[in-house]
Amino acid sequence: MSRIDTLREEGLAAIRAAADLSALDDLRVSLLGRKGSLTAELKELGKLPERERPDAGKAINEAKRDLTAAIAQRLEGLQSQQLQETLRQDAIDVTLPGRGQSRGSLHPITRTLRRMRRIFERAGFDVHTGPEIEDDFYNFTALNIPEDHPARAMHDTFYLESGRLLRTHTSPVQIRAMQAQGAPIRLIAPGRVYRCDSDLTHTPMFTQIEGLAVGRDISFANLKCLLFEFLSSFFEREVELRFRPSYFPFTEPSAEVDVLSESGRWLEVLGCGMVHPNVLRNAGVDPDAFQGYAFGMGVERFAMLRYGVDDLRLFFENDLRFLKQF
Amino acid sequence: MRVNIDWLRDWVEFDLEPTALADKLTTAGLEVDAVLPVAGQFSDVVIAEIVSCKPHPDADRLRICEVRDDQVTTTVVCGAPNARAGLKTAYAKIGAVLPEERQIEAASIRGVESAGMLCSATELGLGDNAAGIIELPNDAPLGAKLRDYLSLDDHILDIDLTPNRGDCFSVTGIAREIAAAQRIGMPTPQVEPVSPANEETFGVRLDAGEGCARFAGRVIRNVTTNVASPIWLAERLRRAGLRAIHPVVDVTNYVMLELGQPLHGYDLGKLDGEIVVRHAKAGEKLTLLDAREIELDEDLVVISDRSGAIGLAGIMGGQSTAVDDDTVDVFLEAAYFPPPAVSGRARRFGLHTDASMRFERGVDPIHQTRAIERATALLMEIAGGEPGPVIEVVAAQGLPMIEPITLRGERLGAVLGQALPPQTVETSLELLGMGVTANGGNAWQVTPPSFRFDLRIEEDLIEEVARLVGYDNIPASPEFGVSKLGSASEAVVDEEAIADLLVSRGYSEIISYSFIDAALGELVNPGAPPERLANPISSDLSVMRRSLWPGLLSAAAQNLSRQQERLRLFEVGPQFETGAEGTTERMVVAGLACGARWPEHWDLSSDDIDFFDVKGDIEALVELGGRHAALRFHAAEHPVLRPGRTARVELGGAEAGWLGELHPAAQRALDLKKTPILFALRLDCMTTALLPAYRAHSRFPNLRRDLAVVVANDVEAEAVVACVRDAAGAYLQNVNLFDLYRGPGIDSSRKSIGLGLILQDSYRTLTDEDADRTVAAVVEHLESELGATIRN
Repeated sequence: MSRIDTLREEGLAAIRAAADLSALDDLRVSLLGRKGSLTAELKELGKLPERERPDAGKAINEAKRDLTAAIAQRLEGLQSQQLQETLRQDAIDVTLPGRGQSRGSLHPITRTLRRMRRIFERAGFDVHTGPEIEDDFYNFTALNIPEDHPARAMHDTFYLESGRLLRTHTSPVQIRAMQAQGAPIRLIAPGRVYRCDSDLTHTPMFTQIEGLAVGRDISFANLKCLLFEFLSSFFEREVELRFRPSYFPFTEPSAEVDVLSESGRWLEVLGCGMVHPNVLRNAGVDPDAFQGYAFGMGVERFAMLRYGVDDLRLFFENDLRFLKQF
Repeated sequence: MRVNIDWLRDWVEFDLEPTALADKLTTAGLEVDAVLPVAGQFSDVVIAEIVSCKPHPDADRLRICEVRDDQVTTTVVCGAPNARAGLKTAYAKIGAVLPEERQIEAASIRGVESAGMLCSATELGLGDNAAGIIELPNDAPLGAKLRDYLSLDDHILDIDLTPNRGDCFSVTGIAREIAAAQRIGMPTPQVEPVSPANEETFGVRLDAGEGCARFAGRVIRNVTTNVASPIWLAERLRRAGLRAIHPVVDVTNYVMLELGQPLHGYDLGKLDGEIVVRHAKAGEKLTLLDAREIELDEDLVVISDRSGAIGLAGIMGGQSTAVDDDTVDVFLEAAYFPPPAVSGRARRFGLHTDASMRFERGVDPIHQTRAIERATALLMEIAGGEPGPVIEVVAAQGLPMIEPITLRGERLGAVLGQALPPQTVETSLELLGMGVTANGGNAWQVTPPSFRFDLRIEEDLIEEVARLVGYDNIPASPEFGVSKLGSASEAVVDEEAIADLLVSRGYSEIISYSFIDAALGELVNPGAPPERLANPISSDLSVMRRSLWPGLLSAAAQNLSRQQERLRLFEVGPQFETGAEGTTERMVVAGLACGARWPEHWDLSSDDIDFFDVKGDIEALVELGGRHAALRFHAAEHPVLRPGRTARVELGGAEAGWLGELHPAAQRALDLKKTPILFALRLDCMTTALLPAYRAHSRFPNLRRDLAVVVANDVEAEAVVACVRDAAGAYLQNVNLFDLYRGPGIDSSRKSIGLGLILQDSYRTLTDEDADRTVAAVVEHLESELGATIRN
């Protein structure tokens, strides 16, 4: 075996055996580098007799080609090995908790109000708001509840030392909106209301949403339809309703609406009726030209039914263990 | 109002189970809240007579009674003080089961065998009289089942009457509704007059104008008032929620419950001269039946005699002429006081009586004499007596004018959304006792009955017809037509987006009362007086909040005391700002944060949050509306915030709110374990948005130059950035404040601020020379304006 062949065979064996990238690089330098053994052979070529040179040259070049290829192959192998190792070492525990802020929570009353609002907006109702400190006219008189009317006893009113009062319902918003905008009108009025009452089933402040639709020919049949659609939409099933005659000074005819619960009990959910002509008149709308309906409901009641909350007072205790569930 | 079903059956026929009857009334508009049994469940309790009664040899309080029913005589040991020979009472035999599964067995009581038990009312679920055993009348049939004898399988309807239906405050009123709901004729109470035994009358004068329109009265002499009312009457009173106390009172109550007409019985012997119904004199005094002395006003109607006021008309009688156990002669009153003379008056004195409730809503103005006749007959049955003739005095000006109302079929159809056949309309109105006269083919003149005070206008009649037809029989039909859509403003941030952003940044929404404790309010907003409630529910809910912080601080305190230490709370709601021009309701979004910056985590610091965390939240809120360039924070002072860590927030040059750490003194006062950061922002500022306006972006690369600017500690970062912007020229796109350093290498009165200047041009690639020129200008300006040096 020629010297070149030996060099080649030994070189190839060493390359195969190179344990890592630096050993491989050392080999490359010692074989193919400027001072490498094969390079040295090339330099020795001139010293050979002319006749031997082509064969020797060819043998060196072939050896160089083989060694270069072997180095490249081994390099690829070692690199891939090293990547595998890195990947193995860099593996993470994907079950560890993620990083960042935790979500807070939206109050269940707000959640419920939002759903109600979306449903009513689909039916063309605009949201109106109004002041919570009201006067006697907007809270009572304009709504056909004159002084000394027994219905005032139904509203345990908070009075302020200034003589004004905290609205007992969001109905004053109806009056203000009709005064400002006239008829036809379609609105809902959500907001805080206040009654001087506090026990297991009453809080001195609670949330109401009221609706009003006044037009040329808006009827009780339309009211029934709207409320059926609203309640079915809210409770996500086709509800069975019961309209019971009732009394509110600001509507005539008046009704209370019960929903048949899935356990077969009638649950009172809201009051409604056709707007009393006096109310239209007090708000500057001609009752001979316009008629319409109004309805009002307690948002807490809906939130309780929806989320299975069994104690009204929880809504206002602001305990995070409660709030975080929403 | 509570009424028992047996009593209703005296007046109207129906074939309905109690719950079916309740449903029928409820759908007719008389909401039945509950159907209650009149007694507990029990069996084998019979009527028996105590034959003999002797003391127990070994127990002071016990007696040994020989008890006889229709079959046997047995021995029963009894502890009731009223056990006595000759008494007929309720006897639970051995084997009887009393309410709450109480089994009656043979027992030996202190050595004496007792075969059963004599029962009190309470033991049978018959009310709260536990003082002794039940006393039954002498003619009660021995051996009969008590349930049958007292008709204890009866039920009570608890009806929640609406204020317009004063006419239903009676057995006959509800009977009328039952009749109408069944579409049968209305029952008219028939009362047999009692013939006078003598000619004695008592003078009555009406001087109250419209305050009293009718007054019927009758003298009844020689009444035996030291007898108890019979058990059937006491039972009916009990089932209506009243207690039997005195035969005269019991009879007047009974007639009121039955006919809806309040009555009053005077002790005739205590009346001084004739009765005058008049308006009170200002300052006049009256001692009521409940022994309370009240001072009267001129808008009150009183019953008076020569001694002065002896009763508050339509509300409560007076003490001085009340009947008692010694009363022999009685004067009965049944009057009609119109609602305007009574309304609101009882409430003024904190009263809410059976009479005032009825008169306020309206009592039938024509049947006062009928009530007197009914009461006379009952009273004589119980207590004997010799009646004089009934007198009736009328002041016609106080009687209600019943005007016929026009009802148009067309209008009815328009309101209900469903036309009804004329025949249905007519029949419905007639069933409700109205006078109906046709007025053309599809219109009527309708005269409401005297007992209805709530029928004034056409709509009232429409409701009556709809009620009788049944609301459930009116179809539900959709509305047509599209309402105006208006313009959908985009230059607003929806309130929902604000809440959502805070929620995603870890905040939980709270809702707190708008009224707060005055001291807490004063702590947060000292000075300006708040709106005060005249009738607060408690002292800690007595003033209107001028800030949302008291509610947030209270919620924080409560949660901190319940081991919740990492708090992010917010509320959106009104605050009630008081000022010279009155009270302004302002919607505010406010928040509180304390505790660890991050949820407890394996790789995040457990440091507590500070001012800048919450400032970041505010910046994010403002970014919702794209107005961050217009947002400014100014060092400022606020009474409840920590000086040096408080900022006034300004947006677009307008006051937007506050941000800061709670003042250590307030934290101590509120006993908070953690230091909260508080913010409050005007909602109107936060909901105003800029519309995006596209501006072309440069396609050339940018250059960055970093500067470490050393300035005095009291130079605000914003001033440094502003100074850079002033001098940098048009290439400057952005200034990033990436470092803040105080410490070794820098004078302790100074700080180093690291700024990254991002430079770019729209038309060419900037060169290093461009950047160097810009930096040189910036440095020079910083040096001259802020005394800055540049650190290398």
